[in-house]
Amino acid sequence: MARQEKKKDVVIIGLGWTGSILGMELCNTGLEVLALERGSDRNTVPDFQYPQVADELKYGVRYGFMQKPRNSTVTVRRSESETALPYRHLGSFLPGNGVGGAGMHWNGHTFRPMPEEFELRSYVENNFGKRLIDDEMAIQDWGISYKELEPYFNKFEKVAGISGQAGNLNGEIRDGGNPFEGERSSEYPMPPMPQTVDSNMFADAARKMGYHPYKRPSGIASTSYTNPYGMQLGPCNLCGFCERFGCLNYSKSSPQTCILDALKRKPNFEYRTNSEVMKIELAADGKTARGVTYIDPNGEEVFQPADLVIMAAYQLHNVHLMLLSGIGEPYNPATREGVTGKNYAYQTNGGTSLFFKDVDFNPFVGSGSNGHVIDDFAINQIDFAAEGFVGGSYISAGTFNGQPIRSMRLPAGTPKWGAEWKSGIKEWYGHSMSIGSHGSNMSYHTNHLDLDPTYKDQHGRPMMRMTFNWKPNDIRMTQFMKSKIEPLAQSMNPDIMQSSFKSQGAMYDVRPYQTTHNVGGAIMGSDPKSSAINKFLQTWDVHNVFVMGASAFPQNIQYNPTGAVGALAYWAAEAIRKDYLPNPRPLV
Amino acid sequence: MKPSDFKLSRRSFLQASTAAGTLLSASYAPPAFAQSKSVPLNEYKPEYLSPDEWQFILAATARLIPSDGKGPGAIEARVPVFIDRQLAGSFGNAADWYMEGPHDITAPAQLGYQSPLTPAEVYRAGIAELNQWCTDTHGNVFALLDAKTQDTVLGQLESGDIKLVSTKSASLFDLLLQNTKEGYFADPMYGGNAEMTAWKYIGFPGARASFREWAGIEKPYPLGPVSISGKRG
Repeated sequence: MARQEKKKDVVIIGLGWTGSILGMELCNTGLEVLALERGSDRNTVPDFQYPQVADELKYGVRYGFMQKPRNSTVTVRRSESETALPYRHLGSFLPGNGVGGAGMHWNGHTFRPMPEEFELRSYVENNFGKRLIDDEMAIQDWGISYKELEPYFNKFEKVAGISGQAGNLNGEIRDGGNPFEGERSSEYPMPPMPQTVDSNMFADAARKMGYHPYKRPSGIASTSYTNPYGMQLGPCNLCGFCERFGCLNYSKSSPQTCILDALKRKPNFEYRTNSEVMKIELAADGKTARGVTYIDPNGEEVFQPADLVIMAAYQLHNVHLMLLSGIGEPYNPATREGVTGKNYAYQTNGGTSLFFKDVDFNPFVGSGSNGHVIDDFAINQIDFAAEGFVGGSYISAGTFNGQPIRSMRLPAGTPKWGAEWKSGIKEWYGHSMSIGSHGSNMSYHTNHLDLDPTYKDQHGRPMMRMTFNWKPNDIRMTQFMKSKIEPLAQSMNPDIMQSSFKSQGAMYDVRPYQTTHNVGGAIMGSDPKSSAINKFLQTWDVHNVFVMGASAFPQNIQYNPTGAVGALAYWAAEAIRKDYLPNPRPLV
Repeated sequence: MKPSDFKLSRRSFLQASTAAGTLLSASYAPPAFAQSKSVPLNEYKPEYLSPDEWQFILAATARLIPSDGKGPGAIEARVPVFIDRQLAGSFGNAADWYMEGPHDITAPAQLGYQSPLTPAEVYRAGIAELNQWCTDTHGNVFALLDAKTQDTVLGQLESGDIKLVSTKSASLFDLLLQNTKEGYFADPMYGGNAEMTAWKYIGFPGARASFREWAGIEKPYPLGPVSISGKRG
């Protein structure tokens, strides 16, 4: 029999970016808010303090800040006919763990999706014809427009403290920004970050080819900054320990640096760590949730009653918990009916490495969100009908770190060990760079999430099963990017260059790190038959459960997800405050 | 001769002695901290590895990152100490990994690690089987083969020409190579990268972690490394 705790107005599952945002916004209405975080507490001091955090082995290689697969993982297969097997140690993607979630170990790239990306299916059908969307492709409109979300992008960028330069400010195209971006109503709160040697070389070459380089919008403070919650950021010192690390310098945008210390001061906010939610408990009629059951740090089962449940865990965990709690009909790829687990998507990336004997790149100088970007081959710049695919990429260059266990780029053909490897590392460390494409990934009826029939998690619950593989459309997209990147790289006259882009027949491989941009599975939309949540991130079936995060994306955008995740969280928070709380009901 | 009677090969012994540097000199009394942190490799008491396994690691890492040429080899960098300590700790026993069955050891490699064995168990089973293979094929365990033959054996292990069945789909070679490079480049507090020699060799400044004024500067960075313990190289 579960112990029962005192009722709260709101329970939030997960205390990363979206949990912190919803916590702050709902506390500001005077509600009693409780956040349940399954991992441990994390603070800049002592958890990210110098010099202990500057430890590549512990955090970069052994994943010290990440989820432990022993505690929580998924099974993976590439097709219905394969038997899914556990993702036993981390590789392809790295969900975070503990307070701050993935928002503490990310790099900080903070983009807004293009307006066209929110209405992708309509945009493709209206401009390029329906034949480009084959029967297997499952892309949908989001049910919300860029214009509706614009004020909330602004809000997130100001809270997170983003460094960048507007390219389209109230319709005016401005030099140095991205001329292809959606119209912005205000400038970034801080100017762009200083750039590294490779980033500047790339920008020069891109400009010479007639492209439009801009400095990457970074969740990294370029100056000192105080955000709307009174949280202070200090200017980044380009320490080179960003991705996979907590920031030692109060410079990286994270729940810790931007929200949590202000939130923790609120008397109506409480958080409990090492408290893992097992299930959202529904009322007898299934139309509302009564609260959640979680396991406390002593291993005891606790029922926590609440009027409102905010799911703010990582994308994979939101979907898993919905499946375990019976929220939304599970998606069935055979009939294409059901919604929970539908439209899982990932990110289609590639890159070209360039080696320059005589250039000293000093790769250890860098921030997580360093780099110049071009959007000349982004989603709204490509004639899909002519090229024969749907999607796009941003192309960028910029070094994030030079930590030598992981960042040891060597020319193809260099032996992996022995005397030649040893001389190769001396010759080439610090003398190479790369140009990468970061691309959209369409959703497909065959790429989805459900419960695994065999493997159980540490609590005896069925693990979630991921069925995912690369599809020809996205391979064509990434090969197109190769055809654009290679001439650009060649124009820089490297001594050696080599490319790595997926080609036809590529199978998903869980071993090498790709991105932690897992999306979909609890997608937003305008029709309860084809989406799990409505445009306010409210579940169609259980009106007092709202689901934050990239699980809402109907397919993956060409950009990193956090900008959209943050904006959607503020958008949903406002709908809850202004519309739901006065009259709790389905908002659509 | 029982395997446990194997002594350091002459070459491994010489490399181990070099690694110990002046500490081997009878007339030099090293300070206490140096003794506790840097006993000569041939006096190091492994925490996990058996004497035979230790001989294998000394010999194999010496081929993966050889001592000749510029820069430290795995022996000078004390990579074997790193590997032993990693295997004795949470990495060796797969503390963070999901290890529940069923285990499909015939799964495609792209589905990731599916062996029921922990890394420490892979080393244990794999080294024993490889030493047996070397004895059957070349008349001696790996550590006592000549360098050229050792390179050939490692190459065959890497390519899959030598298949170890006891490691149950895990790759001893991949683990060994990964851990060797980790030990070479990780902070010295983990036992390898002795005196930050691998960082100095390639020009990585270690845990300095402050480069604001170096953004966009295209000339060699002038300062040597610092370690997490605050030592300068």
